[in-house]
Amino acid sequence: MKFGIMINEGPYTHQASDTAYNFVIAALGKGHEIYRIFFYHDGVNNGTRYTTPPQDDRNIVNRWSELAEKHEIDLVICVAAAQRRGIADADEAKRNGKDGDNIAPGFRISGLGQLLEASIQADRTMVFGD
Amino acid sequence: MEEAGEIKKIMYVNRKAPYGTIYALEALEVVLIGAAFEQDVCMMFLDDGVFQLKKGQDTKGLGVKNFSPTYRALEMYDVEKIYVEKESMEVRGLTADDLIIPVEVKSNKEVIEMMSDMDVLLNF
Repeated sequence: MKFGIMINEGPYTHQASDTAYNFVIAALGKGHEIYRIFFYHDGVNNGTRYTTPPQDDRNIVNRWSELAEKHEIDLVICVAAAQRRGIADADEAKRNGKDGDNIAPGFRISGLGQLLEASIQADRTMVFGD
Repeated sequence: MEEAGEIKKIMYVNRKAPYGTIYALEALEVVLIGAAFEQDVCMMFLDDGVFQLKKGQDTKGLGVKNFSPTYRALEMYDVEKIYVEKESMEVRGLTADDLIIPVEVKSNKEVIEMMSDMDVLLNF
């Protein structure tokens, strides 16, 4: 089965990102496909490489980046939600006159259309949030 | 854009009050952008989400934008199926007359049946 995933909460503050990660690992393990993971609301904070948790804790951001590289999963951060919360790639930083970017490897910034498109293409859409 | 002919039934489920968190505002942004995909969409307002449609919202004291007039624009985006859960309104002392746009009122039982019939539920 082809899954679309939406994550609406930030890492560490909320369980949603961890639950989504565990779901994705389990789904891949059963041979399912992850069409896209779309990060919205505070979920965009899953995609900043400046995240530095204590060493004895999981690194949620790196975990997503590693998953994306290993399984070629499309990690998309909503541009409008990202702008509000200060998540930028090089293009966004330049366009908005910022002095640097902070997007983590494996993530890309795009529009809400990517969520709708994933919902249409996927067999199931799973929303992880509050 | 999606291939022609593939129309999905999508319900936007709005469960939170309009202010205090950003969910309602950002949910509305999804609905407006989503209109370009020409799917079979509807909006469901339940729990505190029913307050999103309340008439006479005044946010001056909060210092945030009153985005409630945007709900009136939904019709222009061909978002015409707008449902409100009866029980959620009742416990909050609201009736359909208190809302800024015409809605269809559905019982909790009907809401459950409608949700079961959807291809996609996007929860906010």
